[in-house]
Amino acid sequence: MARRVGISGNYAVAYAVKMADVDMIAAYPITPQTTIVEKLSEFVANGELDASYMNVESEHSAMSACVGASLTGARVFTATSSQGLALMHEILFMASALRTPIVMANVNRALSAPLNIWNDHSDAMAQRDAGCIQLWVRSAQEAFDTTIEAFKIAEETRLPVMVNLDGFILSHMYEPVELADEDEVRKFIPSRPLENRVSTKKAHAVGVVGPPEYYYEMKYQAIDAIEKSRLKIKEIDKEFNSRFGKSYGEIEAYGMDGAEAALIVMGSIFGSAKEVANSLREEGKKVGVISLRLFRPFPIQEIRRAVEGIKAVGVVDRATAPGGVGNPLYNEIAAALYDMPERPAIQGFVAGLGGRDIRQDDFRLMYSATEKAAREGAGRCIYVGLRE
Amino acid sequence: MKCVKTTLKGWKEIPEGCAITEPGSSVNFDVTAWRTSSPVIDQNKCTKCGMCFLYCPDSAIEIDEAGNYRVNLSYCKGCGICAKGCAPKAITMVKEGH
Amino acid sequence: MLEIRWHGRGGQGAVTAAEILATSVINEGKYAQAFAAFGPERRGAPVLAFTRISDKEILTRCQIYEPDIIVVLDKNLCTMEGVGDGLKDNGIVVLNTDQKAEDYLQVFGNAGKIAVVDATEIALRELGSPITNTAILGALVRATGVVGLETLEEVMRQKFKQYAEKNINAVRRAFEETVVFEAGGKK
Repeated sequence: MARRVGISGNYAVAYAVKMADVDMIAAYPITPQTTIVEKLSEFVANGELDASYMNVESEHSAMSACVGASLTGARVFTATSSQGLALMHEILFMASALRTPIVMANVNRALSAPLNIWNDHSDAMAQRDAGCIQLWVRSAQEAFDTTIEAFKIAEETRLPVMVNLDGFILSHMYEPVELADEDEVRKFIPSRPLENRVSTKKAHAVGVVGPPEYYYEMKYQAIDAIEKSRLKIKEIDKEFNSRFGKSYGEIEAYGMDGAEAALIVMGSIFGSAKEVANSLREEGKKVGVISLRLFRPFPIQEIRRAVEGIKAVGVVDRATAPGGVGNPLYNEIAAALYDMPERPAIQGFVAGLGGRDIRQDDFRLMYSATEKAAREGAGRCIYVGLRE
Repeated sequence: MKCVKTTLKGWKEIPEGCAITEPGSSVNFDVTAWRTSSPVIDQNKCTKCGMCFLYCPDSAIEIDEAGNYRVNLSYCKGCGICAKGCAPKAITMVKEGH
Repeated sequence: MLEIRWHGRGGQGAVTAAEILATSVINEGKYAQAFAAFGPERRGAPVLAFTRISDKEILTRCQIYEPDIIVVLDKNLCTMEGVGDGLKDNGIVVLNTDQKAEDYLQVFGNAGKIAVVDATEIALRELGSPITNTAILGALVRATGVVGLETLEEVMRQKFKQYAEKNINAVRRAFEETVVFEAGGKK
């Protein structure tokens, strides 16, 4: 029986990983991720989870150990944040090209300097091109459900899946979560042997040199896999819905009926953005908000459909791409909408860096700047809440 | 003279995940033509110390059932490290007739 | 929606109290959030925690700037800037202090009610250490009725295990001893 409990986002992830009955966990503690693996190590220590828990000396080793374990066919999990994810950087590219279905929770935190343990999206954005599937959750409930879906997505696409949850705002916030029944979860993601895995019974070389004659083809396999994962992700979400009665989609559009201006956001700010949109709509403003749950592969068609007929979109980035055309999410949206016959004006925003609270007034400002862009065209990127 | 032609496989044909799933596939590569000279072991001088076996960068030195060291010429590239490392000087590099 | 701001010092358990309250509310079938103004708090440094309570799903994840209720775990924090900031008119204040509620009328000028309890004394007697978070929960329940005492106690049993009974005694004693003063609200 499903049960409703009050737990933090991190614990929601830990419960999902336990129910997924992972075989191996390798991680290195880092705030604000630590309580995920702390809880998991507790499950392993008290016998609630039969898994090998590997203490490693760094995140580079954690991801390396996960790749090795995954190549043997084990179901593996790791979690990290910020500098830890940065230290995994080179191994992430290997994890995707070696087609290891690793599930990792990345509890989003700003990258140094200055040293900062609070939330923004700079860590995950810096891993944009590593070939990992990136899912972004908006509540502790979604962290639980998405982590379960992630194991199925990873194993069916044989690609690493990064589940992103906002540091502190989700990771440490206690809120209601309906925990699914463990047996049901195991039926949804049964353990089954993967093909082409390393074993002591059959010699098999992995991580071989890919000379110029073969690198391209080997790399393209991983590119093709993440392209094709779009369909799998949809199917798995549908299957999740039929079993658990919940579905999240690639994006979620809110209040878009008759909307002229819409914000596009990722992560936990969706709730606050919805709340402010509600009050603005009561004031007669035609505003809506779109949230991306999927960032890699990028939901191009879904975004295009959602903004059809909209005069302006405001893209809220919680990360920067200094010296670039725009910031990471802005660039993706701009590229996705570029060849629409009638594309909306695209206003860029940066907000909430390094844990700065994005307040209701900040949302009002962003909505009204997007409405202004609908009338007069978009201006330069607005750094919301930045002191002069 | 025969010209060996290699057919490169496309991305759909190669195994998934940068893997070589067939063990021992290096035997498919003929490296014998690389040599100018090959090692010849004088079994009377050989003390079976095993240094050639350890030094050989291509694992071309094998031990037969009688415990004697032999050169597998399908792997030997003729580098001569075995001869250099042989303390009793039981290995001589002999020039091949090309 | 009810918004609560907790003021404590690192080590007094303000964040834990916020979490226990939220978990209890959730267990009663309602919606709640508990979170902290997160940071690498050192022992003794002032800390902030927050709880939101609602009958409906809570959308916002902004911090709380205009609380309905302020809970202070250490009376010395009342002399610091910002403790009373943003309190809604006729809001409720719950204080750990050995002084009278009237002494705080200046700090919380627009409060409707000020509830006082000597949580430090209760914690010292019941727990043997000045960790006032559980005692103050008893005072909060007395002043606001925001959650059932039994629900709170059940959550504490699960969370504190062998230390639960002592803490439950602290909650009960605080509930009994809390004095709720009608402050009159904004004049």
